[in-house]
Amino acid sequence: MKIVIINYGAGNIQSIMFAIERLGFKAVLSNNPDEIKAADKVIFPGVGEASSAMKMLLASGLDSLIPTLTQPVLGICLGMQLMCNKSEEGNTNGLGIFNIDVIKFTSKVKVPQMGWNQIYNLKSALFDGIAENEYMYLVHSFYAPLCDEAIATTNYEVEYASALQKDNFYGTQFHPEKSGDVGEKILGNFLKL
Amino acid sequence: MLTKRIIPCLDIKNGRTVKGVNFVDLRDAGDPVELAKIYSDEGADELVFLDISATEERRKTLVDLVRKVASTINIPFTVGGGISSVEDVEILLQNGADKVSINSSAVKNPQLINDLAQKFGSQCVVVAIDAKQIDGRWIVHLVGGKVPTELNLFDWAKEVEQRGAGEILFTSMDNDGTKNGFANEALAKLSSLVNIPIIASGGAGNIQHFVDTFIDGKADAALAASVFHFKEIEIKTLKKELKNNNIEVRI
Repeated sequence: MKIVIINYGAGNIQSIMFAIERLGFKAVLSNNPDEIKAADKVIFPGVGEASSAMKMLLASGLDSLIPTLTQPVLGICLGMQLMCNKSEEGNTNGLGIFNIDVIKFTSKVKVPQMGWNQIYNLKSALFDGIAENEYMYLVHSFYAPLCDEAIATTNYEVEYASALQKDNFYGTQFHPEKSGDVGEKILGNFLKL
Repeated sequence: MLTKRIIPCLDIKNGRTVKGVNFVDLRDAGDPVELAKIYSDEGADELVFLDISATEERRKTLVDLVRKVASTINIPFTVGGGISSVEDVEILLQNGADKVSINSSAVKNPQLINDLAQKFGSQCVVVAIDAKQIDGRWIVHLVGGKVPTELNLFDWAKEVEQRGAGEILFTSMDNDGTKNGFANEALAKLSSLVNIPIIASGGAGNIQHFVDTFIDGKADAALAASVFHFKEIEIKTLKKELKNNNIEVRI
């Protein structure tokens, strides 16, 4: 199985590489469109600020490639947010895969949300064998509100979409690679899709 | 609900843990990777590695350690100690660290906080603040509490938040090593003044101290070293007790 992690200059890529190795697979880093298109699974990471990450995607031309991919694609954290219509962070457009706008938590709660929170209303093969209300590791100031494409819900200030799916595109706000054995199992489920 | 976090802290010198550890099941008591794995398996929510080596080799040794830890454990970890530039941070994050903590370098060059937040995002920037009371005022100290600065704890905390810190690790030098509990009054005040998570550090001696710092100190996370290293408190037992006190934890 060929797993490609999209390398566009954003994200804690090494942790994802290690998590995939612990699952018994190897991943390659790439920003080469042909290599990405030929992969069996594509992981789209992202940590940092949305508008600057989007600029890097635009500069590499990957913004037009990603929405055309047909194999399973998993966006993690900011990767998931960039797959949405747009983000309030830096008022940037996203890739428009998920039909929802990313907005910021208010100052009624501490921002960023940092730490372990529960996921529930799980609705996808991504969560096969995962119990409701397991804890995942999250670090984020912006979130995708609940919508038709939500496949997991988390509560912080409001109930919001902590995972999204549309066709072959999956996104998790949480970091499966940093969420203990349960997170690793979710990553394993993605690789089995 | 978002849980409160329990964070064991490992002091590292030349790639080895320095504070004595009392783990009979450890093959190599000085191996931070093995210790990290044990804490992760016992339910620690995060780990902090504080590098106190002062050799020229330190950077390479630390980067090697970060890689080994990241390849072994599947929970987040923070690396601190001697970090003073964007380049220092970049190499640690590239090798799998989730966050870095900066302390005296932030006091000496506050712009570093802005630079790091802008380049890597606030989520990976922890500002560690050591403070103790002098004539009733909380004063920020450097060099493990030896050197007082002009800074007031609460003003400095607000400033680091404005500059883009994602989290504050507050160690009360008055409480550190006493095992008499955390500085909950100052912690609660910090939580009311800033809107980023606060990690309580310094003073953990028993389980009730953790209950108190989450309830009275309104801390988002609690960090401790020796009570965990010497198995005076087991993380599993601690979390069960916290839950019994209606404190949300990951079990």
